[in-house]
Amino acid sequence: MPFAVVLILLVVGSIIFHVLSPWWFTPLASNWAMVDVTMDITFYVTGLVFVAVNLFMAYCVIKFRYKKEARATYEPENTKLENWLTFLTAIGVAAMLTPGLLVWANFVNVPDEAHVVEAVGQQWHWTYRYPGEDGKFGEVDAERISDDNPFGIDPDDPNGQDDVLVYNPEAHLPVDRPVKFLLRSKDVLHNFTVTEFRVKMDLVPGTDTFLWLTPTVEGRFEVLCEELCGIAHHTMRGAVIVEQQEDFESWLAQQPTWAENSARAAGNAQIGAAQYGVCAACHGQEGEGMQALNAPKLAGQSEWYLRKQILNYQNGARGAHQDDVYGKQMAPMANTLADAAAIDNVIAHIQTMPDNPAEQTIEGDVDNGKQLYRVCAYCHADEAQGVRAMNAPRMAGMSDWYLKRQLENYQTEIRGQHPTDFYGFQMSLMARTLYGEQDIDDLIAYINTL
Amino acid sequence: MEIGLIFLAIMLASLIGWLLKQTINTQPWVAEGVDEASYQAPYNARPKTVALATLLAVITSFFALIVSAYSLRMELGDWVPLTEPQLLWTNTAVLVLASIAFQWTRSAARSANEQRVKTGLVITGMLTTAFLIGQYIAWLQLSAAGHLVTTNPADAFFYLLTGIHALHILGGMYVWARATKRAFAGSDSVEESIQLCAVYWHFLLVVWLVLFGLMLST
Amino acid sequence: MSYVAIADRDHEEEHHDPQTFITKYVWSQDHKVIAIQYGCTAIFVGLIALALSAMMRLQLGFPDTFSFINPENYYQFITMHGMIMVIYLLTALFLGGFGNYLIPLMIGSRDMVFPYLNMLSYWVYLLSVIILIASFFVPGGATGAGWTLYPPQAIMQGTPGIDLGIILMLASLGVFIVAFTMGGLNYVTTVLQARCKGMTLMRMPLSIWGIFMATILGLLAFPALLVSAIMMMLDKTIMTSFFMPAISSMGADPGYTGGSPILFQHLFWFFGHPEVYIVALPAFGIVSDLLSTHARKNIFGYRMMVWAIIAIGGLSFIVWAHHMYVSGMNPYFGFFFATTTLIIAVPTALKVYNWVLTLWEGNIHLRTPMLFAIGFIFTFIHGGLTGLFLGNVTIDLPLSDTYFVVAHFHMVMGVSPILVVFGAIYHWWPKITGKMYNETLGKWHFWMTFLGTYAIYLPMHYLGFAGVPRRYFAMGNTDFLPDSAQDLNAAITISALFVAATQILFFINVFISLRNGKKADPNPWDATSLEWQTPDTPPKHGNWGHDLPECHRWAYDYSVPGYDDDFIPQNVPADIAPAGRDHGGEH
Ligand code: HEA
Ligand code: HEA
Ligand code: HEC
Ligand code: CUA
Ligand SMILES: [Cu+2]
Repeated sequence: MPFAVVLILLVVGSIIFHVLSPWWFTPLASNWAMVDVTMDITFYVTGLVFVAVNLFMAYCVIKFRYKKEARATYEPENTKLENWLTFLTAIGVAAMLTPGLLVWANFVNVPDEAHVVEAVGQQWHWTYRYPGEDGKFGEVDAERISDDNPFGIDPDDPNGQDDVLVYNPEAHLPVDRPVKFLLRSKDVLHNFTVTEFRVKMDLVPGTDTFLWLTPTVEGRFEVLCEELCGIAHHTMRGAVIVEQQEDFESWLAQQPTWAENSARAAGNAQIGAAQYGVCAACHGQEGEGMQALNAPKLAGQSEWYLRKQILNYQNGARGAHQDDVYGKQMAPMANTLADAAAIDNVIAHIQTMPDNPAEQTIEGDVDNGKQLYRVCAYCHADEAQGVRAMNAPRMAGMSDWYLKRQLENYQTEIRGQHPTDFYGFQMSLMARTLYGEQDIDDLIAYINTL
Repeated sequence: MEIGLIFLAIMLASLIGWLLKQTINTQPWVAEGVDEASYQAPYNARPKTVALATLLAVITSFFALIVSAYSLRMELGDWVPLTEPQLLWTNTAVLVLASIAFQWTRSAARSANEQRVKTGLVITGMLTTAFLIGQYIAWLQLSAAGHLVTTNPADAFFYLLTGIHALHILGGMYVWARATKRAFAGSDSVEESIQLCAVYWHFLLVVWLVLFGLMLST
Repeated sequence: MSYVAIADRDHEEEHHDPQTFITKYVWSQDHKVIAIQYGCTAIFVGLIALALSAMMRLQLGFPDTFSFINPENYYQFITMHGMIMVIYLLTALFLGGFGNYLIPLMIGSRDMVFPYLNMLSYWVYLLSVIILIASFFVPGGATGAGWTLYPPQAIMQGTPGIDLGIILMLASLGVFIVAFTMGGLNYVTTVLQARCKGMTLMRMPLSIWGIFMATILGLLAFPALLVSAIMMMLDKTIMTSFFMPAISSMGADPGYTGGSPILFQHLFWFFGHPEVYIVALPAFGIVSDLLSTHARKNIFGYRMMVWAIIAIGGLSFIVWAHHMYVSGMNPYFGFFFATTTLIIAVPTALKVYNWVLTLWEGNIHLRTPMLFAIGFIFTFIHGGLTGLFLGNVTIDLPLSDTYFVVAHFHMVMGVSPILVVFGAIYHWWPKITGKMYNETLGKWHFWMTFLGTYAIYLPMHYLGFAGVPRRYFAMGNTDFLPDSAQDLNAAITISALFVAATQILFFINVFISLRNGKKADPNPWDATSLEWQTPDTPPKHGNWGHDLPECHRWAYDYSVPGYDDDFIPQNVPADIAPAGRDHGGEH
């Protein structure tokens, strides 16, 4: 008896849980309402079966529980009943399958008017390519991929010259226009998912895959990678911003094309030297950093990382958090660099500085640090020299007290939580694998030995 | 994967066909369903034969899957067809002879002709060894011609298929060696071993012909 | 040759009658001892996998709390957890453990047909377990590629264990397959060749049918895993390009060209889907026998049950790509595989109906094994129905690779067969050990495991609906998830730890029973099948004493009208108690 009651309670409880649950599909933001409808149909059919079969079972347990004088009926089979049940089940299956297949037919046929965006996955971030004016993508090839050509575009392909390259994980889409995402992976399997869009597809190195949808709601939606792609799989996030056609176009116009990228002039170190005067007050003439002024060493840091951080300060991704005392000092300084050329010039100057290891201020248990560093090495490389393809900066020989403060900033969400600070977000998830100050000290002590 | 599927369809069809021939469609709770008097437990009780048949099914599944992988991989862009060494024709002939020799040994064993059994076993063993050596020479020739395992998927598959086939032959040689030892020790219980070995040899010959044909045609 | 020669062979030859402790318990060729060896080893690795799941849950429920879990070992944990649970625990336990114990006893044979091979099978299995566990301790650690081991990632930068870990994993799988094939040949041949007189195929208990069909599935499906393991091993060690396309890994070119990762997925799931039924079919079979025995009623629709087992086995080979709807394979395959996948629900549904109808008009004893059996029906229905969501290709789009999938397969594989395992252990415990277990402890064990696991897995579905991806070390702050999702995760973790802890009850029960258990009746449940009719309990070597049993009826003559006892064992001759129909049991 108690058993049957529990079974009934479980059935009722499951229904109540379902009804009360705040955890449900995210609000739909694409044309795939039919997916939700199919889902609802399936829910009703299976829900009915779940309730019916289990309640019947509970009834049997009550009604036919052991009684001394009772005796079971002998009934080897009942073909008629079994045929009926088969028939009903088949109907239930058909009721679920038919809408499913219809929607799928829709999904595999991309409408002709869809515009195309290429989402490129790699360990562990997203980048995008738009076909540009001519509507055609240039040829790409995994063998051509390098730091200067992260998309692996064929430089001689005329179709590729006007390809718009978005080297960060944020794509923009015009609202209410069907879009076909071409999916390409540089290294391993990934999966392009936007929960609100309902559809997803794997990225397979060596082949192009696709999915299509029409975004119907303006706003910012998170892109997740949902195919295990290594230890930082969970940090592979991005965003899709759905906006009006005009906004989309003006955004697109600001993005560099392949031709512009390859034609970009290198920074001028001499001009940069003049601009660096402002910086020298804190970071030192030689970019050696000054702990007293909380300014880290710059010399020896890679140019791409410096550029990204200056831009981060300029657009508020860094130095805007109210508790970011030192970042708030840096932000206005970064704004003194008027344009991209100015930034390039300063960086070119910094590249000319002598790279002497920074003074070491932190001590700790190197062995423990080595153990902890295993995870970091996936991105920052074994010698902590940084890896451009991973967007992970150099740490060896840089100001150790600064590294420590950044780690604490990541942990306390002072850094890495701004919506446009994608790489910072990635790092903040990683920083949380360190626990307590001792771990950080140990780790940095180990980096100091590299 | 089509090949895998076809193989499975055949497997399952024969399984179900066989089950139908059994008592599977009777109503087991009805006594008359089984004619107990005539029911002498399963068949004529040859467990080793049944086990060999099952093993051959497993091996077939294994090769069928490699072959489907082969055909899928072939369709990708970087496949450069391989010109198989001429030597393989000779090897094939040797393997055919080995099979024939085993068949001859088998009939000798059936007619309990000890001397012929011994001769047959030795000849089979020599021919099979010759085949293995021949395959190895073919490997050497290929790699001397610059076709290493990693040169091209066609090459890789060549080494894989021949290697795995050779391993199966080696497995057979183990049983053959035991049977031969017993035959020379004068034991009279080698007939079953020889029976089974002969079937296995024929089977591996067929597998080889399929693999060879596949590689030639692509 | 007559049947006696084979079924009775060992008894006549006596060539491996165990003499010393070593030959009796270590190098034993007795199927019962081998079964226990298999069972204990499987449970031992199962406990490791359980501990790993507890670690995973700690991280997921309370992120940023435990310093001994970092992304690297988290992914190693899930990989090893999944692999061990599916292959080294459940496959080994159902086929190596229960298969070995039950087949000869239930079909009235003295032993397996090839006892030596059988013994070898166990030792090779043990070797594979040792290799597997060794991979934890090699430099670089175990592989963290997920139990699906998808390339390129399984052998590429960015994953733990890409040096020795993955090699040992593939080697261990290869060795396991060899062990399984040795065992499998034995089980198939024994079922086909060593049945006692009168034991026709259609008189075999459903346990045997389930194990038999699962073995066939395994024999045909494991080669796919072997093929993919070999090719991946070559890709890893000598840089062939079977699965490895040209890629740029972390800014460097590893030197592969042109291979296809999808090819691996086809091979893997060609094995992987039948594998889930390899785990499910023995459970289906065993649960049928538990239900029938404890409800004192014949299993309803026996013929249909047998056909359903065969149909499920056959169909399970043509649905594999439902794991690949969003893998980037040709999307048109979706139509075919969605259809076959949903069709497989029909024979499965029939099995469920027949179990429930077996309870109908029965006389149900709610003993511990029966509780587990009914608990199984409940969780299996739940898990099977969520499978229909995923099988319906459209709904798989939002749900694939989320916690909904995790919830589905834990409901259907992580708890349903486990409940059957426990039910079966309690059910056959008196036969295996000759002692009774403690009913009260058993019931407590059931309640806590059953309710606890439901509390783990039900909420997981809702995380999946909300969009939480699987194989995520941490979610971090996201816009689309309510904060309460983390509370839900914490609750799941608490239930999981609770359930893991309550397994101690089981071991206490085992321990007490072995030491002070009441001596068991030879047939405490009044069951009909042959294993309960052995002259000794536990059965001695050779099982049947002097004479082999003869089988005169099917295994489900419970409550036959006109007969006083409510069960007639299979070996009771027809002239003492004719089979049911003769007494008007017509319907
Ligand atoms: C024991 C193991 C087991 C069993 C039995 C099943 C059974 C089923 N599974 Fe499951 N499955 C797994 C283990 C199992 N699965 C595992 C381990 C994975 C994940 C692997 C990984 O990625 O790591 C998985 C993943 C998985 C996927 C891939 C999801 C994804 O990755 O995106 C799919 C998709 O189709 C699926 C479908 C099904 C279906 C349709 C069934 C059906 O057989 C279910 C049939 C049963 C019923 C339907 C219930 C009983 C029926 C009734 C009570 C009446 C029904 C009435 C009507 C239909 C009207 N499963
Ligand atoms: C049989 C299979 C099985 C079983 C029993 C379990 C049991 C459990 N599993 Fe697991 N799990 C898998 C198979 C299984 N799992 C697979 C295949 C994956 C995918 C891996 C991958 O993604 O690569 C996975 C992944 C997986 C995840 C997802 C990780 C991720 O995606 O990030 C989680 C998260 O919570 C989880 C949790 C648990 C918990 C809490 C338990 C349990 O602790 C539940 C409670 C305990 C019991 C039900 C008792 C079981 C008892 C034993 C096992 C002991 C031995 C047996 C006897 C004494 C008879 N499992
Ligand atoms: C998934 C890849 C990845 C992993 C793993 C990783 N990092 Fe990072 N790290 C990054 C990226 C990307 C950045 C740059 C963030 C930005 O652009 O704002 C970064 C930045 C940093 C910074 C800031 C440097 C500066 O000069 O501003 C520190 C310090 C740091 N990482 C330390 C670590 C430590 C310690 C670990 C190990 C616990 C680790 N990282 C693991 C990717 C990673
Ligand atoms: Cu990319 Cu996961
Ligand atoms: Cu499946």
